[in-house]
Amino acid sequence: MSVDEKTVRHIARLARLAVTDDEARALQGELNAILDWVEQLSEVDTDGVEPMTSVVAMSMRQREDVVTDGNYPEIVVGNAPVSEDNYFVVPKVVE
Amino acid sequence: MTDLTRLTIAQARESLRKREFTAEELTEAYLKAMEDGRVLNAYVAETPDIARDMAKRSDQRIASGDAGPLEGIPLGIKDLFCTKGVHSQACSHILDGFKPAYESTVTANLWADGAVMLGKLNMDEFAMGSSNETSYYGPCINPWRAKGSDTKLVPGGSSGGSAAAVAGWLCAGATATDTGGSIRQPAAYTGTVGIKPTYGRCSRWGIVAFASSLDQAGPITRDVRDAAIMLKSMASVDPKDTTSVDRPVPDYEAAIGQSLKGLRVGVPKEYRVDGMPAEIEKLWEQGCAWLKDAGAEIKEVSLPHTKYALATYYIIAPAEASSNLARYDGVRYGLRVNGDDIIDMYEKTRAAGFGKEVKRRVLIGTYVLSAGYYDAYYLKAQKVRSLIARDFTDAFQDVDVLLTPTTPSPAFAPGAITDPLSMYLNDVFTVTVNMAGLPGISVPAGLSGDGLPLGLQLIGRPFDEETLFRAGYVIEQAADISAEPQRWWVGA
Repeated sequence: MSVDEKTVRHIARLARLAVTDDEARALQGELNAILDWVEQLSEVDTDGVEPMTSVVAMSMRQREDVVTDGNYPEIVVGNAPVSEDNYFVVPKVVE
Repeated sequence: MTDLTRLTIAQARESLRKREFTAEELTEAYLKAMEDGRVLNAYVAETPDIARDMAKRSDQRIASGDAGPLEGIPLGIKDLFCTKGVHSQACSHILDGFKPAYESTVTANLWADGAVMLGKLNMDEFAMGSSNETSYYGPCINPWRAKGSDTKLVPGGSSGGSAAAVAGWLCAGATATDTGGSIRQPAAYTGTVGIKPTYGRCSRWGIVAFASSLDQAGPITRDVRDAAIMLKSMASVDPKDTTSVDRPVPDYEAAIGQSLKGLRVGVPKEYRVDGMPAEIEKLWEQGCAWLKDAGAEIKEVSLPHTKYALATYYIIAPAEASSNLARYDGVRYGLRVNGDDIIDMYEKTRAAGFGKEVKRRVLIGTYVLSAGYYDAYYLKAQKVRSLIARDFTDAFQDVDVLLTPTTPSPAFAPGAITDPLSMYLNDVFTVTVNMAGLPGISVPAGLSGDGLPLGLQLIGRPFDEETLFRAGYVIEQAADISAEPQRWWVGA
């Protein structure tokens, strides 16, 4: 499988990455080289093999479903590039 | 007075307890060394005020008899660890100005045991790289140089700053992280010891996530004993990380000096890769001979899926990274570049904030997870990963530990490797260990023909770090390397 420039632009859109025309062309070559290389996995027989979900056998711990933390919105927004009244501020999304 | 920065953690710990010098004096010695060593670009943020304050409190606790296991020991912290109120940017532009309101569990454990923070260490951006060249803050330089040469060399990566700072006496020990070899490869390139413990041994909470099923924290230190001391303090179960494991942390130091009699050491035949330099092959044989002399039995074992490990890694790691890095959107922290609308803002922010290698991996990861390709790439890779892990389980039926080279070559010059695929080959011997979640240690074992450090890697069963320290110490003692970097950077 190889990707064309249009596919590179589509993936970049999905990843929310702006790419210039030059970048898209360069990335097309790089991505194809990597994808060609990982193609070797198709020669491995994985019939009946379960996909890895956890490297260490463990059962997920659970805790009481109670509030243990919080009530400090000013700290939560403390690193925001733009905030107002303890809200994150973004460009207008609803007309 | 002797140069305090030359002491190992174990030596400094002993002298501090005997009051031969104070924690403040030890910290001042390192702060001076850091200033002299700025040309190495190992630190991206120095925290002298915090260091002096912590050292002062260490001296008070030593005086009152309340000293912790790492009391007064000055450490460098990889920039991937969140440290409260202090620069924590994973060496990326996109986390510009980020100062966490919380402390990572690993660093909190170290401070609770009395350690002193000197500053934050350089690394490849988001831990994606094998040479420290992808850092937004510029490459870090290896304190080592080839014999008779003044060419700069890379310290390896992604924990390049950690390895360079330890090798160059700019900290007594350093935290690091390892997703595909990022502790062990830089340790091998700088003549230091680095251990990636079993997945789940250290909490990942507060460590900027790269590939969550592979990431583990561990120390880089001057010798094997120091690695055992530091790992004991770093490891813990943590309610904030459900993948951290609830089992007691052993006294790793106690394993050092124990006999290897009857230990079965496996040599995986698939690691004899084509074109492996003769000096690496020789070093490996030498390592086997040392362990045999110490009473171990050497056996050849087979890990048949080894050759697929790197390709598997370069599907799984970018896939997890593309998901983890989705959070950098210019809204909650770090850089924001304004746009015409919110999508435009996201795209411009991420385009300006991420470096080339990070973008490449985010795109690969997005592609292999996208509709129509998920089964062919990601699911297939997770199945091959099961086979890679099964190879190790099978091998550990017959042997107790595996011995391999850490890297296929010694350190190279910045800019020498420009092709991404060639750069990825640096991790050929280390990446399998992450795929299977096993512990692995790199120990300096010899020098290349050019006088550069080379490392051997020991791989253990899950949670058997003690055997790695026991066998690693034997290699360290047998290798008895007296060469060290010349302090060419002082006054440079």
